Amino acid sequence: MTIEDIRRILEAEVVAGEYLLGQKVATVCGSDLMSDVLAFARPKAVLLTGMTNSQVVRTAEMADLAGICFVRDKRPGQETVELAESKDIPLLTTPLSMFESCGRLWKEGFVGGSEYED
Amino acid sequence: MISDNRISKVQELVYEIRVGDVMQSDVITVAPETPMSQLRGILKKERISGIPVVNGDRLAGIISIEDFIKWLADREEDCSIAEKMSKNVHTLYADEPLTHAVNMFQLLGFGRFAVIDRQDKRLLGIITKGDIVRGLLKKLEIDHVEGEDIYRHKVSRFFDNILADQVVLLFQYDVAGHDFKHAGEGASRLKTTLRRLGLAPQIVRRVAIATYEAEMNLIIYTDGGKIRVRVGPDEILVIVRDSGPGIADVEKALQPGYSTAPEWVRELGFGAGMGLCNIKKCANKMDLMSSVGKGTQLYIRISTNDGAEREAV
Repeated sequence: MTIEDIRRILEAEVVAGEYLLGQKVATVCGSDLMSDVLAFARPKAVLLTGMTNSQVVRTAEMADLAGICFVRDKRPGQETVELAESKDIPLLTTPLSMFESCGRLWKEGFVGGSEYED
Repeated sequence: MISDNRISKVQELVYEIRVGDVMQSDVITVAPETPMSQLRGILKKERISGIPVVNGDRLAGIISIEDFIKWLADREEDCSIAEKMSKNVHTLYADEPLTHAVNMFQLLGFGRFAVIDRQDKRLLGIITKGDIVRGLLKKLEIDHVEGEDIYRHKVSRFFDNILADQVVLLFQYDVAGHDFKHAGEGASRLKTTLRRLGLAPQIVRRVAIATYEAEMNLIIYTDGGKIRVRVGPDEILVIVRDSGPGIADVEKALQPGYSTAPEWVRELGFGAGMGLCNIKKCANKMDLMSSVGKGTQLYIRISTNDGAEREAV
């Protein structure tokens, strides 16, 4: 699966990193708590979150995540977008809620970090 | 920002790339005794505007389309190319940096230069402005794709040149307190550096996460501090030091979920009392020493040998 698959399934809009849509995605994690993401997200996971500050991108950078999708149509500020572009981390935004986003991705075959095997 | 980097990269490249790297070496040449009347056919067939005139393998001159037009306009008798060619030819050596070629094009306004060997003066090729642009673009493209790999390659070569029984590297990152905007810059720079050193991705990831959490703690709770990183042959040691306020109850601070973070930090997705637990999870060994009013020292040790088994946890 790729970032483009996530974009399609979540009817999301690309906010940053159009050129990274082909990037591989291993699994998905949903959280607004960055420490939880740092503790439990797998490398190459896509993060679903309602937070839009630049530390979300920093978290993705540190944890080797494949990308970030903001839920409920949240849009990050310029600072977050610029940081994401400089770190080659794609940003999406979906009108769907966190629950619906997770549900759709699960239905399409994505599994969580605990079930994912490299 | 990207374009600025690109410009400096081009500046760097014109010193790095040699004339011989971008010239066309498959050159059409003519002999000096070739009649002018044959020149038209050659220029037309090859779609070129100038040809080196070669005697044996030595450059005798250059004959251009301008020379040919002048000869036609003057309605002169047919004669050998040798009589009409420019003999005083400016040449470039194949081993010269591209910047010299760029200067010569600018200075003399020529469309092309013959490229010769510095030692035996043999004609090696021809270079136009187009060749320079093509050469630079190609090199930039390669560098863009392989940018980080090139850094890694350069760093590993640097290490080959260090003669010692053991090499230890020290890095320091200064962190300003309460500066949430720049939070993570230290950890980010450290992460890039460790990757360039060629350390395994899963090791780098653990160091990055632990350092990021520690940096966050400095920003949230202190007036700032220093992160010192010691990269040895078997272990990476990250020492995080600040000068206050200190932790009143270290044991409590280590409990998952225990937090004294202010509301503004929690609103940003941090301060949930997981930082130290996360650091501990990433580390092979973590030591925390603190005294109230004086400051805190955190020692994070990560072995560089057991990446694979730790990652599985």
